[in-house]
Amino acid sequence: MKAAAAQALRATPELEFDVERIRADFPILSTTVHGKPLVYVDNAASTQKPRAVIDSITEVYEHHYANVHRGVHTLSQRSTEMFEGAREKIRRFLNARHAHEIIFVRGTTEAINLVAQSFGRANFKAGDEIVITAMEHHSNIVPWQMLCEQTGALLKVAPINRRGELELEGFERLLSKRTRLVSLAHMSNALGTLNPVKALIEIAHERGIPVLLDGAQAVPHLRVDVRELDCDFYVFSGHKIYGPSGIGVLYGKEALLNAMPPYQGGGDMIRRVTFEKTEYNVLPYKFEAGTPSIADTIALGAAIDYVEAVGMEAIADYEHRLLAYATDRALHIPGLTLIGTAKDKGAILSFTLERIHPHDIGTILDQLGIAIRAGHHCAMPVMDFYGVPATARASFAMYNTFAEIDILMDGIQQVIEVFG
Amino acid sequence: MLDQIRDLYQEVVFDHNRNPRNFRVMEDATRKIDGFNPLCGDRITLYVKLNNGVIEDVSFQGQGCAISTASASIMTEITRGLSEDQAHRLFDTFHRITTGKDENVRLEEVGKLAVLAGVRAYPARVKCATLAWHSLEAALSDAETSVTTE
Repeated sequence: MKAAAAQALRATPELEFDVERIRADFPILSTTVHGKPLVYVDNAASTQKPRAVIDSITEVYEHHYANVHRGVHTLSQRSTEMFEGAREKIRRFLNARHAHEIIFVRGTTEAINLVAQSFGRANFKAGDEIVITAMEHHSNIVPWQMLCEQTGALLKVAPINRRGELELEGFERLLSKRTRLVSLAHMSNALGTLNPVKALIEIAHERGIPVLLDGAQAVPHLRVDVRELDCDFYVFSGHKIYGPSGIGVLYGKEALLNAMPPYQGGGDMIRRVTFEKTEYNVLPYKFEAGTPSIADTIALGAAIDYVEAVGMEAIADYEHRLLAYATDRALHIPGLTLIGTAKDKGAILSFTLERIHPHDIGTILDQLGIAIRAGHHCAMPVMDFYGVPATARASFAMYNTFAEIDILMDGIQQVIEVFG
Repeated sequence: MLDQIRDLYQEVVFDHNRNPRNFRVMEDATRKIDGFNPLCGDRITLYVKLNNGVIEDVSFQGQGCAISTASASIMTEITRGLSEDQAHRLFDTFHRITTGKDENVRLEEVGKLAVLAGVRAYPARVKCATLAWHSLEAALSDAETSVTTE
């Protein structure tokens, strides 16, 4: 990109996207770290919370809290309504057909484990195959490896190229008569790659293979429509979309979820229990044993309200410009190598600096008030593919500014100067 | 602006990071151990040649951040020629310095180790500094073939 074009990106955004107004809603963004204004660009690890989400938790505990789905008393009914209201908000957000296709879990990791241990264990036999990709987070690798040990199924890994894009031919070649599931990241956490999921789902469905999308990274950054994608499962975590940690979502198509055995046994997931036989509850409760994280679920609803009010399209557009600007500036830093240069990318900038370890970069940037991630990003196979032990990663959110990217890039220059 | 960071990244650290001492494979090592920091992916292979309870030679290979590389490099310099007991005691001192658990350690008495004392202000980085030392402890005890900082 020409420098002038980059400047144009930088010059116009405030006209269309009122980032300062958004920033004012996030109390933590006005904090200082080591005496410097916080520049928080570790959003792929977790996002900060708007006042609406923080207030929502307080309000539940101060005015409405009781256990859900149990009591006849007023507070229990009110909590239940708010809890189920959050489920409806998420249904609308993902454009799912039914609210009971939205299962609350602790996060992406638990959602994938649920599918592996329920859907996988019930359906996969020795020699059956599960296809993932070489860019997956550990949470979309290890649950399948555990399932393979239990069932004798085999894990197949679709290759990526040096830009960090899925090799479509390689992917297609892996699909066989024994493939029982394709499970892949909608967006890579280590590389930023956006996978062409709609096309991949079509390819898999032509062969009758269901597809799970790990939406942990994608959901905060772009509009997801599970019916348009026609994915069979979609999973994400609340804390990466400005909601609380410890709450996440499994979307599954009704027919699949109905046919699946329960994941955990306990209260709420039953209709009738005797010592001889237990009758399971209907969706979604069949998969929600035990008292859920009530206030956090309601607060996730508040987070969804917040991003919907800003608009997912506006967020995607703004972050895209942030990424383009950051990429352009990064490419002008001598000795900096971008890891993950896919054509279609979300707002993640993973990089290495010549002869400077990412952990050293992270510590020095922290002294400047800049929070990045340094490490393997729970994607060790991706690090092995690029032959690096770790990368530094700046990941942007809707509240980041062009000025913050300038601070980040100046910070990286200082790291290089310190290391001489 | 970055004055604070100089406590951690002293010139000696940069020097050892750029030109690590005893950074080589040792063919005739009597002990060889792999150390791994799962948090950041740092790896070290430590080679020790013991002769009658004395560290006759010590070297390392691997990849890591400036702190872990410098720590390993400095460690190889100051443990060569020590008896196993002396090395154990030095590990103990080093551990107390870097974790800041003992305020009574007098930095002027620990020589080159003092360079790494700055790490105690950075809890997330302590493991970087201690990886090589844990590896040495494991190598001397000959208990395991690999060690992690967890």
